[in-house]
Amino acid sequence: MTAHDTIQPNLRFSQVGKSLTRTDAPGKAMGRTPYAGDYVMPGMLHAKVLRADIASARLKRLDVSKARALPGVVCVLTAADMPDRTIATDIPGQTGRDRLKTEQQILIKERVRYFGEPLALIAAESADIAEKARRLIEFELEPIPGVYSPEEALAPGAPVVQGTDNVVSTHKIRKGDTDAGFAEADMIVENTYVTPFQEHAFLEPEAGLAWVDENEVITIRVCTQVIEHFRAVADAIGVPHNKVRIMGAMVGGGFGGKEDVTVETYLAILAQKTRRPVRLEFTREDSFVGHGNRHSMTLKYRTGVKRDGKITALDVQILADAGAYVYLSPYVLLYSAVNAPGPYRVENLNVHARAVATNNMFTSAFRGFGGLQAAAGYEQQMDEVANAISMDRLEFRRRNYLQTGDPISTGFVPPSAIWTEKCADLAWEALGDPTPSEGPVKIGRGIGAFQQSYGRLTFLHDTSEAWVGIEMDGTVTVRSGVTDIGAGQASSLAQIAAEILGVTLPNVTVYNSDSQVTPLAGTTTATRALYMTGNAARLAAEAVRERLAEVAAEKFGVDVAQIGMEFNRVFVTDDSAKGMTIADLVKLAASRGVHRSELAIFRAPFTDVLDPETGQGQAHPDYAYGAHAIEVAVDTETGEVKVLKSVAAHDVGQCINRAAVEGQIHGGVQNGLGYALTEEMLYKEGRLMTPSFSEYLMPTAMDMPPVESIILESRSGLGPFGSKGIGEPSMTPVPPAVANAIADAIGVRVFEMPITPERIWRALEAARG
Amino acid sequence: MSTEKTINLRVNGREETATIPPHRTLLEALRGLGHVDVKCGCEKGDCGACAVLVDGEAVDSCLTLAQSAEGREITTLQGLGTPEAPHPLQQSFAELGAAQCGYCTPGMIIASESLLRKNPAPSDEELRIALSGNLCRCTGYVKIFEAVQAAAAVMRQTGETK
Repeated sequence: MTAHDTIQPNLRFSQVGKSLTRTDAPGKAMGRTPYAGDYVMPGMLHAKVLRADIASARLKRLDVSKARALPGVVCVLTAADMPDRTIATDIPGQTGRDRLKTEQQILIKERVRYFGEPLALIAAESADIAEKARRLIEFELEPIPGVYSPEEALAPGAPVVQGTDNVVSTHKIRKGDTDAGFAEADMIVENTYVTPFQEHAFLEPEAGLAWVDENEVITIRVCTQVIEHFRAVADAIGVPHNKVRIMGAMVGGGFGGKEDVTVETYLAILAQKTRRPVRLEFTREDSFVGHGNRHSMTLKYRTGVKRDGKITALDVQILADAGAYVYLSPYVLLYSAVNAPGPYRVENLNVHARAVATNNMFTSAFRGFGGLQAAAGYEQQMDEVANAISMDRLEFRRRNYLQTGDPISTGFVPPSAIWTEKCADLAWEALGDPTPSEGPVKIGRGIGAFQQSYGRLTFLHDTSEAWVGIEMDGTVTVRSGVTDIGAGQASSLAQIAAEILGVTLPNVTVYNSDSQVTPLAGTTTATRALYMTGNAARLAAEAVRERLAEVAAEKFGVDVAQIGMEFNRVFVTDDSAKGMTIADLVKLAASRGVHRSELAIFRAPFTDVLDPETGQGQAHPDYAYGAHAIEVAVDTETGEVKVLKSVAAHDVGQCINRAAVEGQIHGGVQNGLGYALTEEMLYKEGRLMTPSFSEYLMPTAMDMPPVESIILESRSGLGPFGSKGIGEPSMTPVPPAVANAIADAIGVRVFEMPITPERIWRALEAARG
Repeated sequence: MSTEKTINLRVNGREETATIPPHRTLLEALRGLGHVDVKCGCEKGDCGACAVLVDGEAVDSCLTLAQSAEGREITTLQGLGTPEAPHPLQQSFAELGAAQCGYCTPGMIIASESLLRKNPAPSDEELRIALSGNLCRCTGYVKIFEAVQAAAAVMRQTGETK
């Protein structure tokens, strides 16, 4: 037991931890919140993208003369017009170190590597004309042999998509002695799990509007998770960094799919070329091939175990499909490697993770970021091992869970509480009495525990900034570059500032997501916005509070420690009759020239990269833990699965907004159920066969089970008030919990997701012999 | 383009005029008139983000030709209430966390309003069926169900539905 294992008493909040109405909610419910695609300007042009219709090909001919001649067409661009324009798509770090990059031709000059790769850009007076021009472009693609799975890509003599051998990234983790560990084992259990591609399927397709402003700044209003891409866009089009400005808008869902550059570069090029405002909105079909998807992975687990349930050795081999370009694959695979053993003590560990280029759609960030696929591996394997030694699944886990203070796979000891066991037991218990099986419909239950980082890789040297100021009437303004992708990122900052400055939430306004006006906060990715930008806002608000409290202390003749600020009032804590409104306090402070605002920077821990041979060291600032329990009904005649109960138990450290935490959990469950059961991206020689919501099936209102959220607050996290993060963790444990419940119901395991009725039926047939 | 025709649309109680080709959808026409609270999600009738009420019935405006809505009563989300006098659904969606990214919200509220006009006290199953044409990727629908039921209770009490 450490100090973290008991909830700190005496913490009382007036604004934090409650289910307050989010600052962004009324505008959205009234239909008054503008999204990037809602902005128009006078004289605006409309853009379209022409895409390749073969995944692996050589561009033989591209003739845009008919399109250019069409009345109303202002500009048609091909690689011939910008032969050396490439974009390096990579996550921005501050280490100054060279990193593995994707250098992608913005428009294809010669070689097409994936289905949907852009060939030409069109800007015209209307969307109709732009579309007509797109159809008038003639092109000839000569198919060349491609590779459509990592296995094909690694075969001797395989066509090379990237690098020299298609391997874009390798990570190793070595700990202890696996040979000795396997020798010591009573049993060795070996299985291979397959996880699929996944489409983010945010409801808002990529969209933006760009223009050149009066200072020659290329200004882009766009839906993005990362306004810091202004640098990549500036580099791509050859202008200084301060001549590109990215203004976000409320983002209609991200999930990692708006983490890389999408429409920004096309818009910047067209605005630069035409010197007119240009609007581009992807169609849904564009969107399916317009951003990287989740990596499909094959995870081979080999576990050595004693009859008493002790894991003596673990060997994990991970092979991921990186698709046609590198993008964030090296980082995604590092997450898979670090999390390969999950929240379990494994002293003898060997992990080998590789990402391999193919001619499928490139893969990149998606909620869970490689840690989710690892969870599908380790949690299904935990069930299989428990079955092999005939031990109860929860009991086997209990004997191996990491506890607070234990090192993870990289030897790093997370600084916060590890409450996996508590979460798993609570979630399991909350499933209640089992639903009885009826005829061919079998009931099963599954658990998924997990480990998922919050905050970016520590070797990226992450920082975040926020500005907080208080006005003469006691209202508060927060300025920060943070993008709000729907989880309440902006509202959380308001709630934090409100708590610290003693005002109520409606008195705080947040200005966010403008790369040249709001202080740069870094990406809204990696479950980092609350941890990083929340801390920056906390630091800024605390600085302002301290100055105001000094003025109040002097006024009332007491020590600063006796000053309380709450519900728009400042008062002496043991004599609350002595007090005044915050507004009066600010006026008093202003009359004395007190600085009433602060720009703060928060720095995550900075480390070097992990040891390349052993993978030992610190990879992330900290980790979140929890578990998910599921009950399913499986019709053994049809293979149909119905999820009956779903319980999520998470240690979130501290809720900032309880309803928002629950909302993240519910959404994570929906994403996870889809991944486990129905969402399937079918490719035929790299060509996506499922580019619509009638073919790519995510859970609807009819499919969602009731979700019970058990929210624990260890107050041990690195975020403001001891918070951790819930964006990614909410989804990570769901797919293996579903898989384990199905296996429990039907007595055999389907090793490949999505676990469709067909796969269930085949597994049952195979078991029947 | 020579076949453009001028049509009159009654949107949120006001007469508006659009000059458009005959194949233009109601979604395109409404957004062209500045009703950008009508969201474009797929243009195929798969997602429901573009739902509007036509004579009180929720329809996907991307599957409706603008001309066919001439002379009919069109209501978008903004037409249901104002910040000063929000519709009970707008109030409950905001207060109960039913809007996360908010992009599906216009269609969700419109579909819910259409349901509650016909069925003021829907069962859980009836509600799920009514919203099954509206996709959401953020909320898992859970708080949306709660918000619709909360608003339905308010509307029954105030007599907005019976």
